[in-house]
Amino acid sequence: MSLPIYATFGQRVWYYAFRVICALIFIFLITPILVVIPLSFNAEDFFTFTPEMLSFDPAGYSLKHYQDFFTNNEWQRSFKNSLIIAPIATIISVSLGTLAAIGLSQSHVPFRRGIMAILISPMIVPLIISATGMFFFYSKIGNFMEGTMGLDKNLVGYIKVILAHAVLGIPFVIITVTATLVGFDRSLTRAAANMGANPVTTFFKVQMPLILPGVISGGLFAFITSFDEVVVVLFVGSASQKTLPWQMFTGLREQISPTILAVATILVGISILLLITLELLRRRSERLRGMSPG
Amino acid sequence: MTKTATNEPVLAADGTPLKRSLARALRVQKMRALALIAPLLIFVMISFIIPIGDMLFRSVENKIVENTLPYTVDELSRWDGTGTELPPEPVYRDMYFDLFLAAELKRHTRLGSRLNYEASGMSSLFRQAGRKLDDPGKDAVKLLKSIDPVWGERDTYYTLFNAAAGDAVNQDLLAAQQSRIRWLADETPTGEMAFAPSQNVSDLLPLAARVYTSSAVITGMIENKDVAKSKPMESLYLALLQDVTRPGFQDDLAAYDGPQKDALTALANAGLSAPNYSAIFADIDENWADIETWRVIQTHSGEFTNGYFLNAIDMQKTPDGPAVQPENKRVLIQLFIRTLIMSLTIMGSCILLGYPIAWILSNVPTRQANMLMILVLLPFWTSLLVRTSAWKVMLQQQGVINDVLVWVGLVADDARLVMINNQFGTIVAMTHILLPFMILPMYSVMQTINPSYLRAAKSLGATNWTAFWRVYFPQSIPGIGAGSILVFILSIGYYITPEIVGGTKGVFISNRIAYHISSSLNWGLAAALGTILLAVVLGLYWCYDKIVGIDNVKLG
Repeated sequence: MSLPIYATFGQRVWYYAFRVICALIFIFLITPILVVIPLSFNAEDFFTFTPEMLSFDPAGYSLKHYQDFFTNNEWQRSFKNSLIIAPIATIISVSLGTLAAIGLSQSHVPFRRGIMAILISPMIVPLIISATGMFFFYSKIGNFMEGTMGLDKNLVGYIKVILAHAVLGIPFVIITVTATLVGFDRSLTRAAANMGANPVTTFFKVQMPLILPGVISGGLFAFITSFDEVVVVLFVGSASQKTLPWQMFTGLREQISPTILAVATILVGISILLLITLELLRRRSERLRGMSPG
Repeated sequence: MTKTATNEPVLAADGTPLKRSLARALRVQKMRALALIAPLLIFVMISFIIPIGDMLFRSVENKIVENTLPYTVDELSRWDGTGTELPPEPVYRDMYFDLFLAAELKRHTRLGSRLNYEASGMSSLFRQAGRKLDDPGKDAVKLLKSIDPVWGERDTYYTLFNAAAGDAVNQDLLAAQQSRIRWLADETPTGEMAFAPSQNVSDLLPLAARVYTSSAVITGMIENKDVAKSKPMESLYLALLQDVTRPGFQDDLAAYDGPQKDALTALANAGLSAPNYSAIFADIDENWADIETWRVIQTHSGEFTNGYFLNAIDMQKTPDGPAVQPENKRVLIQLFIRTLIMSLTIMGSCILLGYPIAWILSNVPTRQANMLMILVLLPFWTSLLVRTSAWKVMLQQQGVINDVLVWVGLVADDARLVMINNQFGTIVAMTHILLPFMILPMYSVMQTINPSYLRAAKSLGATNWTAFWRVYFPQSIPGIGAGSILVFILSIGYYITPEIVGGTKGVFISNRIAYHISSSLNWGLAAALGTILLAVVLGLYWCYDKIVGIDNVKLG
């Protein structure tokens, strides 16, 4: 909406002032993320811009924090832990979540509201409360698995964290997949059944390709939830399950090294990739459903 | 009158009544839907709902006192704690034997820490007692040996208490001691042991048989050692003294016909007196002779307690009912209020900052809106810790904002602003982190507002402000409501950001919960605080569901 030619002086002032205000809010939103990126190339161990950096002296910049991230054992181990835990948790929440979302989108589901409330609850309950509850309960489960089933302590630790993260990811899968299923044309599955396909074939050949964009974006949400999660892993996990966010959290509390900023920059890169993927998926999904990409 | 459909049921193709056939089809459909949902529902139930329920239960559960000191609690329940008299001797006696067993398994400190939440000093009182309970036992065994040397040999006790082949076994006693030790040691006594308490002797020497059995369960079933060759707990000697001096022992002994009759007779005729337990305790620490100590134990001996909830709202449980905590311990209500006020402030600043953004997003051409949307979605998708660390970098005294202000000359170098480790830091960082959650619902509502309403208002003579306030704003309220509840729910339970940028003044109730879980280990209080927070959040969630509906939650 542009300024009409007959606008009064006051209207003009307000028009531009409003845009300046909006620009300032956008700056507020984006600056913290942008500030981190150049600082991660700092040659000094400071959390702020050095005079060399401000004068664009190449000596003020270096990749040493990145080098530290890729060579330091602590960081590498936590990165690996994150890469183990997040994908497995995602697979669990996506497979169970998709099935349940399909079930929920049927026309006659008893207690639909109640079931939905339970499945969404991990997203609503504050993380600290989920973490507290899981802390108590999972230590009992862990003792049982170690003592009675004789499993390795380390393995039990991973199982606990993965289960906890899988639960936290489920609401996201449920929400995105149910949203995709709303626009799903039921006559397609009936047509498939009519032509002799059994329900499993129908699911994989007809329904799945159509809802895939929703499933993938739900999976991305679940992945990022686990990849970014620190409270629950802090309470449920032990030191050998230390994930990347956990390592960052300890680093921030004790203020050890600006390597955190290098990690932060890498994570910003990952989130940009995720954002692009999601946008492409959204467009594809809308194209499949015959809507024009908006 | 011809036959009509009213008395003949309509039939399906296979001959069953149509009604039944349809009902069956519907039932199959329902079952299929439930079967698809069931795996996930069970998974969420087990790994999420039950843990939450477990936490709720923990906020009232208080088995530790009763399980650690079962006989004392039983004896203590007959004592009037509101009077001025100290508990009678049997209470001290049971306390001695209960505490001795707990100390043997190193569990008395756990009880001490539990009671220390209620009255400071209890922890050290129990720890100290655990160290010094052995001494009276050593004195007692010397006394026994001086009467008959057989009382110094381990085998004497084993043959006395063990049921020989053909003798009746006191199964109740064995089971009771096993379950007691299972709880105390956090370990099921599973080993095989070559001991079973004899029914005869446990009638004659009830206390000593109990002590010997529990001692045998520990050595035989937990440490897997030979009971006959192991030294029993020192409390056994006191228990034996207690039993041989009990009224009626002489008569029972006359009727007794079993091992060690001579040695027992020697003890019975030696003119011994029962141990003075209250003196033993008073010797260890004078606080055991203080009525307050016993009042605390009695007050908190119930299996369930509302004590944690009372503590959570700055009150305490006393023998005379709930009372307000002393002034210097009242912090939690203040923290709840602070959490609420800060969450409201964050919600308010999110509304103020989010509204213009949502408005501009929904009023510029789609292409521009998509570009601007990236600026909102990028922070939304960026890791929470990245954003928190960014704010730490920005707000520090040697941080980016202060540097810029100093460089511009607005602030002197030696008077840098303190913007972190206080409420300001928490509010700024959390407003930034939660702003997308406000903008997205507002945007989705504003998109649906028809711009011709505004034009109509203006063409009818409304000023810009009136048109906005009377026409546009009321239509955008659902978006504000949805966004506000979402932001409020999220912020009230935040932990990470306040922990890092909040210092001591800018922390929330969740930080207190985490403190009680990992540092002070007062898990009951943590659970009670969590329960209260959960109730608040669920209440808000219910409102959200009524206003927006869970099904309408949209992501991205």
